Amino acid sequence: MTEQLRAAGPAPAPPRALAGAPARRQPVLRFVRRLIREKPLGAFGGAVFLLFLFCGIFADVLAPYGMNATNLTERLEPPSWAHPFGTDHLGRDVFSRVLIGAQLSMIVAFLAAGLATIVSVAIGNLSGYFGGKLDMVTQRFVDAWMTFPDLVLLIVVISVIGPGVPQIVLVLGLLYGIAGSRIVRGAVVTVRQEMYTHASQSIGARPPHILLWHILPNIMPVVIVLFTTRVGAVILSEAALSFLGLGVPPPAPTWGSMLSSDGRTYMYLGPWLALAPGLCLTFVVYGINVFGDAMRDLLDPRMRGSR
Amino acid sequence: MHAYVIRRLLALIPTLFFASLIVFVSMRVIPGDVVDLMLAQNDIATGQDRERIEASLGLDKPLHIQYVQWIGGALVGDLGHSLWQNTPVTELILARLPITFELGLLALFVALTVAIPIGIYSALYQDTAGDYIARSFSLLMLAVPSFWLGTLVMVFPSVWWRWSPPLEFVPFFEDPVRNLAHMLVPAILLGLSLSAVTMRMTRTTMLEVLRQDYIRTARAKGLSEPMVVLRHALRNGLIPVVTLIGLQAPLLIGGAVILEQIFVVPGMGLLLLEAVSQRDYPVISGVFLIVGVGVLFINLAVDLSYGWLDPRVRRR
Repeated sequence: MTEQLRAAGPAPAPPRALAGAPARRQPVLRFVRRLIREKPLGAFGGAVFLLFLFCGIFADVLAPYGMNATNLTERLEPPSWAHPFGTDHLGRDVFSRVLIGAQLSMIVAFLAAGLATIVSVAIGNLSGYFGGKLDMVTQRFVDAWMTFPDLVLLIVVISVIGPGVPQIVLVLGLLYGIAGSRIVRGAVVTVRQEMYTHASQSIGARPPHILLWHILPNIMPVVIVLFTTRVGAVILSEAALSFLGLGVPPPAPTWGSMLSSDGRTYMYLGPWLALAPGLCLTFVVYGINVFGDAMRDLLDPRMRGSR
Repeated sequence: MHAYVIRRLLALIPTLFFASLIVFVSMRVIPGDVVDLMLAQNDIATGQDRERIEASLGLDKPLHIQYVQWIGGALVGDLGHSLWQNTPVTELILARLPITFELGLLALFVALTVAIPIGIYSALYQDTAGDYIARSFSLLMLAVPSFWLGTLVMVFPSVWWRWSPPLEFVPFFEDPVRNLAHMLVPAILLGLSLSAVTMRMTRTTMLEVLRQDYIRTARAKGLSEPMVVLRHALRNGLIPVVTLIGLQAPLLIGGAVILEQIFVVPGMGLLLLEAVSQRDYPVISGVFLIVGVGVLFINLAVDLSYGWLDPRVRRR
């Protein structure tokens, strides 16, 4: 039985290996073309997000000034060629700070959304595949967890463990991971009842094997869409926490903290300070949201309308 | 209907248990030692010795006993005392709860008056310019952070016209007009963020309902279009919207925290933030618990009204 199992395990691999790299890349290319053709708004959103991602990755090169380079002779300067977004009360270049802010935002977004997806997949798989009492208890726990407003839960936990990038990634990852597990669980429950899962069970495959080789590949569309929507949610939550002074500690220039009440005092003198970080947040979240919606429509029509 | 209500109430018990456990664990286990924090952060605590504080908080007992004591207190309305003001946490919360409630109700009112007519319009004139504008607006509102809108409303009118929204809280029963003048701006901002989702939902369900046979029947027998839409379609179309409003309760409360901070509305959110900045753990856990329980009961109320609105649910 074990030999049969081994034989069944890597079976799907050879054709892929034979086809080589170009064939593997083609589905992605074809998907991108379909996205542009069928969902132009979604493709636009994806492009906007990629632009911010690019800015984030190369922020250190692109930023014309240091994020904390103060210049007291150029305080609260309105936008000009030298400073496209103006300068703040310490003479720091807002454009540079917004770029570094994009970097921080992206780092937190990818780490936390990645962690959230892993947590969702782990809980969703266990709860959905094994079912029974484990499922019932887990689901009541998820119910209770989702009862608490995101922001209230975040504020409480951060107040206890203190602000900082690792803490925020951990808390956001857990928060959205546990909440998202419900969506993964739903998908797992459907796949569990498919013929191929039963076939694998009947030849004696063990649950880890089935979960890895049969369930996981078939819930991938759901997982991808989940990750995409989580990126947007994480960016907004991190900004809200930083706005309240509970996010990434200063002087790190996050978009949220640039808009915080400490900064507001100077906005009355330099209203441009209020524009750039908020516009960036809106654009990037709008981009990822419409991109996520398009992905959902293309990859998994069942999830349409659920958020 | 009775069986439905009873089933729904029974389902609430495990969820309430887990919710209380989440509050308890996050406040007692994660922080390592609350006493350390108290000794480190609070001047009040320095005069007292470690054992006395531990005993007063019940921390010298095993965790499960602590939980039973804490939850037992919570069930009779005793959530401990604020570390700073020495007032009961329940009293602090009861003073703030109606204010957040008022803000929430106003926001809900704004959200529904904006979202439902636009949602209906969008569904009736699907794929027209108006529909696209409405949908783009809703997508945009999902992306705009409310704290940024709040900041803009604070800053720009003041820069341009030397006017800024009033920030002084007046109790409703003292002067309703000034109270509403203060609450109006945060309520509109909170309502707008809620309206985005509600609008999408209204549009989707109305589109579904308008395709039903009984709508064709209503049109075929010669009813006027407003009659068909308002009497026949809307009544069924709004049922899922009611559930959605229940699901949005956490979002409403979360958004209230931020807007209360910007517009200095002394509600639950501001209480939480004040408690966080002072590390007043009994208050934090009290607010945390009450918010969670509050959302659970809002959801319960929505589910029960759902059973009342939609007879099909009762029989399931």
